[in-house]
Amino acid sequence: MKSAPPLPTWADILILPIINLCAALFVCGLIILALGENPLTALVVMLRGAFVFPGSLGYTLYYTTNFIFTGLAVAIAFHAMMFNIGGEGQASIGGLGAGLVALWLGATTPPAIVLPVAVLAAALFGAAWAFIPGYLQAKRGSHIVITTIMFNFIASSVMVWLLAGPLIQPGQQSPQTATFEPSAHLPKFTDVMEMMSISVANSPLNFSFVIALMALLIFWILVWKTRFGYELRAVGHNPEAAKYAGIKVPTIIILAMALSGAFAGLMATNEILGVQHKVVLNFTSGYGFTGIAVALMGRNHPVGIFLASLLFGALYQGGAELDFEFQSITREMVLVIQGMIILFSGALAYMFNPPLARFIHALFGGRKTQHV
Amino acid sequence: MESINTEVDLEHEPPPAIELRDVSKTFGNVQANKNISMKIEKGSIHGIVGENGAGKSTLMNILYGLHTADTGDILVNGQKTNIRSSADSIALGIGMVHQHFMLIPNFSVLENVMVGNEGGFLLGGGEEEAIRTLKHLGTEYGMDVDPHALIEDLPVGIRQRVEIIKAIKSGAEILILDEPTGVLTPQEAEGLFTILRVLRDRGVSVLLITHKLAEIMAITDAVSVIRDGEIVGHRKTSDTTTEELAELMVGREVSLEVERGASEAGETRLSVSNLGHSSLSGIKKLSGITFDLHAGEILGVAGVAGNGQTELLEILSGMRVPDEGKFSVLGTEVTPNKHSNPKLMRKLGIGHIPEDRHLHGLVLDFEAQENFVFGFHDADQFYSGSLLNQRFITDHSSDLMGKFDVRPTNPKTKAKNFSGGNQQKIVIAREINEVPKLLIIGQPTRGVDIGAIEFIHKQIVHLRDQGCAILLVSVELEEILGLSDRIMVMNAGEQMGILDRDEADERTLGLMMAGITGSNAA
Repeated sequence: MKSAPPLPTWADILILPIINLCAALFVCGLIILALGENPLTALVVMLRGAFVFPGSLGYTLYYTTNFIFTGLAVAIAFHAMMFNIGGEGQASIGGLGAGLVALWLGATTPPAIVLPVAVLAAALFGAAWAFIPGYLQAKRGSHIVITTIMFNFIASSVMVWLLAGPLIQPGQQSPQTATFEPSAHLPKFTDVMEMMSISVANSPLNFSFVIALMALLIFWILVWKTRFGYELRAVGHNPEAAKYAGIKVPTIIILAMALSGAFAGLMATNEILGVQHKVVLNFTSGYGFTGIAVALMGRNHPVGIFLASLLFGALYQGGAELDFEFQSITREMVLVIQGMIILFSGALAYMFNPPLARFIHALFGGRKTQHV
Repeated sequence: MESINTEVDLEHEPPPAIELRDVSKTFGNVQANKNISMKIEKGSIHGIVGENGAGKSTLMNILYGLHTADTGDILVNGQKTNIRSSADSIALGIGMVHQHFMLIPNFSVLENVMVGNEGGFLLGGGEEEAIRTLKHLGTEYGMDVDPHALIEDLPVGIRQRVEIIKAIKSGAEILILDEPTGVLTPQEAEGLFTILRVLRDRGVSVLLITHKLAEIMAITDAVSVIRDGEIVGHRKTSDTTTEELAELMVGREVSLEVERGASEAGETRLSVSNLGHSSLSGIKKLSGITFDLHAGEILGVAGVAGNGQTELLEILSGMRVPDEGKFSVLGTEVTPNKHSNPKLMRKLGIGHIPEDRHLHGLVLDFEAQENFVFGFHDADQFYSGSLLNQRFITDHSSDLMGKFDVRPTNPKTKAKNFSGGNQQKIVIAREINEVPKLLIIGQPTRGVDIGAIEFIHKQIVHLRDQGCAILLVSVELEEILGLSDRIMVMNAGEQMGILDRDEADERTLGLMMAGITGSNAA
């Protein structure tokens, strides 16, 4: 039996992720060294690429937006102990919902109506797509991991069929819808700034970032301040006890999955309503999966998810810079770093836990942990 | 006995089978064992008593090599040892029977006994050897078992016998038993004691860990009491009393008798008729249960664990749907077609203290205050608008923690960081505070220390005196006899009879628990 003292909460939330991140970066540094480049230079290039170059911060935050949505999606399901792998599918179906509303109302309705309805549609379509696996899990016992993965494939096929068939822009060959009317475009950050006569470098950052921040707040209130959140966490920690307490476990599971799908679906507001302005194939490009890593690293807490999203956003943006600067390093290096982070903060999450706990214990002589 | 003779006179006295000298062990901040010194004489039965968390199990795990002591020496037969793993202690002749059996249910007795001594790639040799051992032990110690019976088909008492055989088959001279009677009927326990006495007379030293003082008095030769990780006394069993041991364990005077007046049974609150339930695979778990329960009365349900009590509790509390029969509770009828659920039952005024507080009663990762509203979290009083009213919940919890003496008193402490007794008090405080009309209780004092047991028993009797109807399921006969006004005995999912408290004694109940009705069932 291992006998490490318990890790204080602040260290669990703050110090441990940082250690895990450093370990991941260290291993990546070794790889870069093996490629014959200087890891420190690479790190500086990445940081500059993510935060310093004109417009880079906008790009970073634009990526961050996607990660916040998919991270929240994974996290809310995880609070009910459901592992939602279906973020990709839910996000693309969410995009379909937003696109349909934009195409249908865009020409005839002012932005004040079409935009909220489109955002809502993105959430609803995503929720509906996650509702089905949720229902199957709660009522039929089909494993959520299997069904959500399957639903990714189904969503992908449905999108191909729709975009190459019924929804394709007339007279076009590429599988995508017609471009939305401007009233269905979410305001871009640069445009808003321009209106206030402030000139900033162009970036895809748009109003959906604000929606993402609101989603973080809603998530926090919902999970920790409401009866639903209380029941959700009870089901996640101990479904048997939840049943004893009169909580309808299947209902909570279904609702948790639907909410999860809604968060994932909202990702489409950034990509479809904010940037592409039309529904295209594969606009989710892996964000749904990376959401798992974000939630894992962010400890399923909104603050953590925001920070993890920012990190992953910076990696995406800064990684592109690596590709430009170095001959021997390609954009895939970012995937390696991501993989390392997932490895250290997910699979090896408890590797640094006991030593850190002992260190803190020795440092504070047990004062901090005495009453825990 | 208090002083430890470190010098052993080799010429006249054989060295003790086991001697511990200043053994200490620390886990994180917790000192589980503090300078433990004790001697276990050869060919004796030595009891170790202490409350839950006192450090008994840690000490035994150190002896059996599952933990390593931080400091101190362990001497076996006068020789200093360095026990680092269970293989070491087995080699030294120490065998252990765990509280939870380590048997493979779908293996036969023979196969289970062979584990670890398979005798090579082909099993033939090992099998012969094992059969010989089984025969030998059968004649020598009176431990007869059918070698070809599957473990899962055997009653618990026999399974335990197989465990003992496993422990001593290769000639263990020291046998450690951890809470061996927790799952036995009184008769099975008596059978176990007979075997232990035979083993003792053949020179085996037995170390018996238990929290049941009656057993200590019945079978041991000597006893050591452990409290807060320290030995607080060694006694010769013949020189001590249950009261003295209880006082040593708790550190203050405790009353083991529950003070209670006569019951004043009022109107019928629960009427059960012909209730039955089958598992998913069609095995009958419960059948033909029929009884009435009145206000101001405690009906005890006695029985060995796993004889349908769990199903009964879960059906009555709405967690399970009955397959047959019906029951009517506070005017609401529940039948196989007319379901109920825990929420509805709670609304009717039924409290439920579940058998397993970790599985059902608490969310261990929740703070104490979140657990204090668990099940009642629908009540408007805990909300301001549609958001949880944290401040009110915290005050409410502090209040209950004070009233029910739950420690530590911080409502933000997570449930998993409380001791068993305090966890149970959280559950009991929550359920009793709502002043239920009917309270369904399962194992109220399982894994709870004596001090808390006294408190919990008082609360239960107090509630009865206030007119609550109480159904009390417990595997502890003493508890049933101490608290109940009437006693129902269950065996194999059926009720063996209902006795008035005055007609019941341990022997009668024991026979009924074993499924023997005869003339005793009233």
